[in-house]
Amino acid sequence: MLSRTAANLYWIGRYMERAEFTTRLAEATLRLSSLSSGAQAERAAWESALQVVGEDESFAASAENATPFNVTRWLLLSEDNPNSVRSCLAFARDNARAARNAMTREAWEAINRAWLDLRARTSPGGGQAAMNLIDTVKADTRGFEGALSRMLRREAYWFMRLGSVIERGDNTARLVDVKYYLLLPEGERVGGTLDRDQWTTLLQTVSARNAYRLLYRDSLKPWLVADLLIFRAEMPRSLAASCAETVQLLSELGGSSGRQGEADRLARLRQTQLADTDIDRIFRSGLHEFLGTYIADNAAIHRAIAQQFRFG
Amino acid sequence: MGAARVVRKRIFDELWGGGRAPRAGFEPLASWLTDTGTGELGRRQQAAEAAFRTLGVTFSVYGEKDSAERIIPFDIIPRIFTAREWDKLSAGLEQRVRAINAFIADVYGERRIIADGVVPADIVLGNPQYCIPVAGARPPHGVYAHISGIDLVRTGAEEFVVLEDNVRTPSGVSYMIENREAMLRLCPELFDRFAVQPVDNYPDLLRDTLYSVAPHGARAPVCVLLTPGHHNSAFYEHSFLADTMGIELVEGTDLEVDDDIVWMRTIDGRVRVDVIYRRIDDDFLDPLIFNPRSMLGVAGLLAAYLAGNVAIVNAPGNGIADDKAIYSYMPDIVRYYSGEEAQLPNVETWRCREPEALRYTLDNLETLVVKLVDGSGGYGMLIGPTAASAEIEQFRAALVAEPHRYIAQPTLALSTVPTLTEQGVSPRHVDFRPFVLTGADHVCIVPGGLTRVALREGSLVVNSSQGGGTKDSIVLAAADGKEEQHALPYGG
Repeated sequence: MLSRTAANLYWIGRYMERAEFTTRLAEATLRLSSLSSGAQAERAAWESALQVVGEDESFAASAENATPFNVTRWLLLSEDNPNSVRSCLAFARDNARAARNAMTREAWEAINRAWLDLRARTSPGGGQAAMNLIDTVKADTRGFEGALSRMLRREAYWFMRLGSVIERGDNTARLVDVKYYLLLPEGERVGGTLDRDQWTTLLQTVSARNAYRLLYRDSLKPWLVADLLIFRAEMPRSLAASCAETVQLLSELGGSSGRQGEADRLARLRQTQLADTDIDRIFRSGLHEFLGTYIADNAAIHRAIAQQFRFG
Repeated sequence: MGAARVVRKRIFDELWGGGRAPRAGFEPLASWLTDTGTGELGRRQQAAEAAFRTLGVTFSVYGEKDSAERIIPFDIIPRIFTAREWDKLSAGLEQRVRAINAFIADVYGERRIIADGVVPADIVLGNPQYCIPVAGARPPHGVYAHISGIDLVRTGAEEFVVLEDNVRTPSGVSYMIENREAMLRLCPELFDRFAVQPVDNYPDLLRDTLYSVAPHGARAPVCVLLTPGHHNSAFYEHSFLADTMGIELVEGTDLEVDDDIVWMRTIDGRVRVDVIYRRIDDDFLDPLIFNPRSMLGVAGLLAAYLAGNVAIVNAPGNGIADDKAIYSYMPDIVRYYSGEEAQLPNVETWRCREPEALRYTLDNLETLVVKLVDGSGGYGMLIGPTAASAEIEQFRAALVAEPHRYIAQPTLALSTVPTLTEQGVSPRHVDFRPFVLTGADHVCIVPGGLTRVALREGSLVVNSSQGGGTKDSIVLAAADGKEEQHALPYGG
C-alpha cells in the first residue's frame, strides 16, 4: 500500500472519531446546560466543553459570547474552527476522495453522506433542531463504523481503525481531565445534585451511562467513573481499550508487512505501564499529571506511526 | 441562420437514414423507442443520472465560477453501429494508429519522412509540440501512442471522417463503460432485441497493453497510474481505471527517482516501478526538464525514461502527432508508412499558412470552421454558419495577423441520432471517440467508444464543457452469432 494512501486512511479514522466525539460532547453539554440552574452554571458547562476539545482560547478569540447557541454552532458547524464537526467531516471526505480506491463503496458513501447532511447547515437552530442535527450526525458516524466493520481485515481497515483508537484515547483523556478539574477542586467533597448531573454528562459523552451501572452496581462515584474510563478494557472508549487495540492493530500491520518499529515498542510500553498501576496509585500521584502524560505519550505514538509508515 | 439551413438538408440520421423507415437492421431500435415511450425513457434517464451522481462519476469545468462536481448529461437512447460498419471502421483506425506510431518514431529518430519531403521540416521541427528532450529516445518496445482516442464524425451511411487524433492523454473511456452499465441495468429488454458486443473487458485489455510494454528484463513488472490528484476534473476516471485494472493510483509525491530508477513509496518501503500510465500532461511530468514549477510530476522521471528503465504511457512528445498542423498531412503520413491509401479520410483542411488557402478561408469565413492549430476543447474556434458577424470579423483580423496559427475546414453535416429532449425524441448531432490500444506486439480496439451528443437543437458543439452529453455506443455482434454476448444483469 502507498504510504500516502495509508496516511489518508489513518486520518479518515481520526477525523471521523473526532467528529463523533465532538457531537456527543455537544449533546451531553446541551443536556447539562438545560439541567443547570442559573446563568453561571450554564456558562460553566459550555466553557468546560470548549476546554475538552482544546478550543477555549480560539473560541475566546472569536469574540462571541459563550451562549449555548454560539458554542453549539462553534463545535458543530463553524468553518473557523478546524476541529468543528463540519471541519472534521470535510477533512475526512477529502482524504476519502484521495484514497477512494482503498476503501469500500459503503465506507465512502457513509462519509459522503455525513458530509452532505451537514454541509448546508449554517445554524444549529434551537434546542430541538440542534438535537435533531446531533442525532443525524451520530447516525451517520455509526453508519461509517458499520461500513468499516464490513471491510476485509487488511491494511486499509487496520489503518482506519488505528486512526480511530489513537483519536479515541486522546479524546477520553481530555474529557476526564477537564471534568475532574471542574468537579473536584482540591479538598472538596462531592455528592450534590449538580455533581450527579455532571457525572451523568461525562458518561453520556462516552456512551457509558448504563455500562457504569452494569459494571459497578453503585451510585455515581468519581473514582469509579475514572476507573471505568481508564482501566476497564471492556469499555471501548477507555484508555485501557485504546492501548490494547493500538498494540493489536500495529501487530496486525507488522504481521502483514513483516515490519515492526518504534510505534510498536512505544505502544507495548504504554500498555504495560497502564497494567502496572491502578486507580488508587493514580489518585495519589495526581490524576491530572497522569492524564497529561497519557496525552503526550499518545502524541508520541502518533508521530512514531507516521514515521514508521512514511506518512511524510 | 440561412447557412445553417443549407447544412441541415444533407444530414444523415443514423436510425432513419434519409427516409421514413428505419435503416436495415435498426428496426428493433425504432420499435423499442415506440414501445417504451418518452415518459418511461425520461424516468430511466433520471435514474441513470442519479446513479452517476452517487457513484461520483463527475467532472468539473475549468473557469466556471461554481466549479463544483458536475455530471455529464447522459442520454438514454443508445447509438448503434452494425458489425459490418464496425469492422470497416476498426480496420481504418488500426491503419491510422500504426502510421501514427511509425511517424512519432521517425520524427524523433531518423526523420526519413522529412528527408523524403512528405512533411515540411519546419512544421515538425519548428513545432512547439516537437519535444526536443526526447529526440533520439526510443521507448521500451518502440511504442509511443499506446492509447489513442480518434475523434470521428459521420456524414453518411458509409462516410466516416477523422476530425482529430488524440495521442497524448485521451480521456472519456470510463463513460464508455459506465454508460453501458447503466443501459444494461435500466434497459435490459433492449439487449434482448440486439446481440451486443461487450465493452467491459477494456480494463483487462488496457492492463495487458501496459504490462506488454514493460522494459525488457523486468520480471514481475509493477505498473502504476499517475494522476494529478483528486482535485483534477478527470479524477473519477483515473481512480476507476486504476481500480478496475488492480494497479496503484499514485500522485507525483508518491514517486521518486534514484539513479535513473523510479520508485514508489509504500508502507513496506520502496517498490520499483516499471510502467507509468500517466494522466498528467508532458509539461508537468518532470520539473527538471519541463515546467519547473510543476508540483504534479516527478523530478528525474525523464532521465529514467531516457535510460530505458521505465515505460511512460503515452510517451512524452506525442503531441507532435496530434497537432492540428500535422493533422492535415495525415493522409500522406498513412500512405508513407503503410504503402496504402488511408481508409479513414480526413476532413478537407486549408492550412492558412499557405497564401492560397488563407485567401480561400478569408473569402468563405461564413461557411467554414476555423480552428487554432494548438487549441482544444472547442475553445478558440469559429463556426462560420452560426457565428455572429462581429465574431467573424474578430477571426478575420486574427487570421490576417497570425495565419500560421489557424486551419480552416468546411462545416460538416454531422450525422444525427434520436435523442431524448424536452420536446420528446428528436435528432441531435453526435461525434464518436473510439479507443485504440497499441501494445508491444498488438493493436486492439474495444467495440465501442464515447459518443458525445450536442444537446441543443442544431448545435454542432459536443464538448462536455459546452453543454454536450454522452450516449452508450453499441456495436452489434456479427449475424453468425460467434461474438461473445453480454452476461445479462441480475434478473434480466
